[in-house]
Amino acid sequence: MSAAATYDLGKLHGGLRLPAEKSVATAGQILRAPIPDQLVLPLTQHVGNPSQPIVSIGEYVLKGQLIADTDGSLGAPVHASSSGKIIAIEPWPVSRRYGDTAPCIIIECDGQDQAIETSEIIVDYTRLDPDSLLQKILQGGIVGLGGAVFPTAQKLMQAVTAPLDYLILNGVECEPYISCDDMLMREYAHDVLCGAQILMHALGLPHCQVAVESDKPQALIALGEALGEMDDKRIVLKQVPTIYPSGGEDQLVQLVTNKEVPTGGLPTDVGCVVQNVATAAAINRWVSHGEPLICRVTTVTGEGVVKPVNVLVRLGTTVADIITLAGGYTDQANQLVIGGPMTGKSVSTDRVPLVKATNCVLVLVDAIGEANAKPCIRCGECAEVCPIQLLPQQLYWFSCADNEAKLREFGLTDCIECGCCDLVCPSHIALTSDFRMAKGRMRELADEKARAKRARQRFETRNLRVLLEQEQRDEELAAQKETAREIGPEAIRAIVARARKKPAGDQDEDK
Amino acid sequence: MEFERRDAPFVTPATNVPAIMREVLYALIPATLAYVWYFGPGLILNFMVAALFCVAGEAAMLRARGRSVEAGLADCSALVTAALIAFALPALMPWWVTATAALFAVVVAKHLYGGLGFNIFNPAMAGYVVVMIAFPLHLNLWAAPDMGDLDYHYLTLLETARYTLTGTFPDYLSFDAISRATPLDTVKAGLRDLRTFEEIRVNPLMGDFGGRGWEWIGNFTAVGGAWLLIRKIIRWQIPLAVLTGLLLPSGIAYFLEPSIHASPSFYLFSGGTMLCAFFIATDPVSAATSNKGRLIYGLGVGFLIYAIRRWGSYADGVAFAILLMNMAVPAIDYLTKPHIVGHAKTPGKSQ
Repeated sequence: MSAAATYDLGKLHGGLRLPAEKSVATAGQILRAPIPDQLVLPLTQHVGNPSQPIVSIGEYVLKGQLIADTDGSLGAPVHASSSGKIIAIEPWPVSRRYGDTAPCIIIECDGQDQAIETSEIIVDYTRLDPDSLLQKILQGGIVGLGGAVFPTAQKLMQAVTAPLDYLILNGVECEPYISCDDMLMREYAHDVLCGAQILMHALGLPHCQVAVESDKPQALIALGEALGEMDDKRIVLKQVPTIYPSGGEDQLVQLVTNKEVPTGGLPTDVGCVVQNVATAAAINRWVSHGEPLICRVTTVTGEGVVKPVNVLVRLGTTVADIITLAGGYTDQANQLVIGGPMTGKSVSTDRVPLVKATNCVLVLVDAIGEANAKPCIRCGECAEVCPIQLLPQQLYWFSCADNEAKLREFGLTDCIECGCCDLVCPSHIALTSDFRMAKGRMRELADEKARAKRARQRFETRNLRVLLEQEQRDEELAAQKETAREIGPEAIRAIVARARKKPAGDQDEDK
Repeated sequence: MEFERRDAPFVTPATNVPAIMREVLYALIPATLAYVWYFGPGLILNFMVAALFCVAGEAAMLRARGRSVEAGLADCSALVTAALIAFALPALMPWWVTATAALFAVVVAKHLYGGLGFNIFNPAMAGYVVVMIAFPLHLNLWAAPDMGDLDYHYLTLLETARYTLTGTFPDYLSFDAISRATPLDTVKAGLRDLRTFEEIRVNPLMGDFGGRGWEWIGNFTAVGGAWLLIRKIIRWQIPLAVLTGLLLPSGIAYFLEPSIHASPSFYLFSGGTMLCAFFIATDPVSAATSNKGRLIYGLGVGFLIYAIRRWGSYADGVAFAILLMNMAVPAIDYLTKPHIVGHAKTPGKSQ
């Protein structure tokens, strides 16, 4: 097997070995979710600006048809994930990442799943130059499927402007419960590797590393076999240890290359591009098969569902529809989380649709009561596990005191909100949540400062203008006086007398 | 279906403060057994007195500060303070001395500084130092360890209890009959009188390597400490640094001039060294917080124990060493900030 050993890996500070909780959902194969009665497609499923609907209510759309396009700025287009009629474009509850509700295109499916003609859109990418290939990827609506949902094409366009050394495919699904990438690599290894080839072509890189976590031996075997068939020596498989949060983009860069992504910077600053394995597979589906990003593999799991599964689901299917595939809720189900247990967002209703970002639907049973935090005893366990080597205990102290300068000095803005510190805190302090809020306050403060600065600039400009006008007036006045002196008092008296002779009504004209 | 919302992460932490404090108390059991074996039941009585006043003081202060008394007492931190005070004091102690130490520890050193998590000084050591200065007579009276081979009256529980409650002995007993100088005192006095360590060592009180009784209390304390390390209640940095900080100067001195210096093993296994290394210096609240900082903190504690025992007027230096290093903690923490991933690797200039 061509999987490289773990010995040439960089070092990651801290992290946690968490109970995986994945085996229940990886026992079977990926289920194919049926066409739902209705699809709810948010206009914003990505980082950037909302896409603009290009269809109208009542219009019939085909599977794969473009229904909302970007406005040319950062964003990704949206495609219909099945055929049917547009019945509404209205706000709908979504995962909290995007606010409580967001504008969505709602399609009533006809069940025919009629697709658009793909022969025209399939291209031989090897004939395309990198620029055209990136443009092509942009049209596929593809975003980072690891959860960050940054528009892939734009990420790549940014990347090609930097000197690059590494293309890393991220198959490190480090959060507990989530196993969609694992299953994807097992069943769609070929798509993943073809995606890697497309990415190498687009970036002009001669090699690619596929990083897979050590708790996914079957995925590694599947990739190894697929790689053997393809006989592509440029792609190297790499096994990384199972430590949360090694799947974070910057953390994976550190593991694979032993380089730290500079604070506030991007992996490209150290010559790296990281793409999720599912993103790579989606790129291949689009470029080589003409299928835009209209479905994804999602894990539906947790103690709150009867039978945890991985499903290949059309984007826009609601959580309520998908839960039935996992056997429905158990009686104790009381918490619905979109994403993993460490960084996911809880939602209040299962009417929310599955979107490009949804790698996991997690239903939990423990009703963890109101956080009963005790005082920090400075045990330092949080610092021990922090992958960024921050001192959360000190940050917490400064956040309580609202000491912005110290928060900056101690690196609050570098916090990746992985949640490790929360898990080891014996005082049960909600550190991550506290840091999120502190960051928000810091942003607000920065905004306020910027506003104040702008106001001050406006004020100063105005003062300067007033001053200049005054000077100008003074100069004019001085010039007039000078003229008066030159022509002498006689002439002035004559002018005044002439003015007096005129009738009062003419005075205005004279002015 | 509708659900309630919460903030990530959705995993419950595995440990909690009361569990940690209880674990520390359990880890003191081996040392307690050894202590009672050698010095009689006084330790238990002192612990009961200290616990009573620590808990009462804690409850009163929590109430006065408008905090939840139940939640505050549930963390068991007052009991840990009481246990450390009991271990620090001689086994025979009138109750009011113990009570003074306990109340000062909890009321002044802990709650007046803001309560658990905010106290700059280790409460137990602060309380101990107060009575050490206020009641020098009582603090210098140590019963001899039970040795069998010495002419020694082993106090019964009743006699110990009587002393604890009244500060007096029955007429047939005088304190002189039962008290002995501690090994630390013996060595200090002996060296001052220009005797060699080898001569001093002949005294049966000196035991095999750290003083009769004390060496075994030290051993059993270390066993408890090892348990805490295994359970990851404490980390290795502070114990190792304390022992190293003590071993290095004493080892060098002994190596250069063995006749006029006590052996390093004597430093390690006498007095409160082991208790300090595993149970007192490791108090997270008053210790340094980063790993590098903990090494510096521990080395400082170890060296100060050596310095006070060697040159100071007190026989043991644990309490003062701890309090002095507690004062240095903010500076240590400031100077040992770890490198933040992604920042330039110049310490102190990470922006």
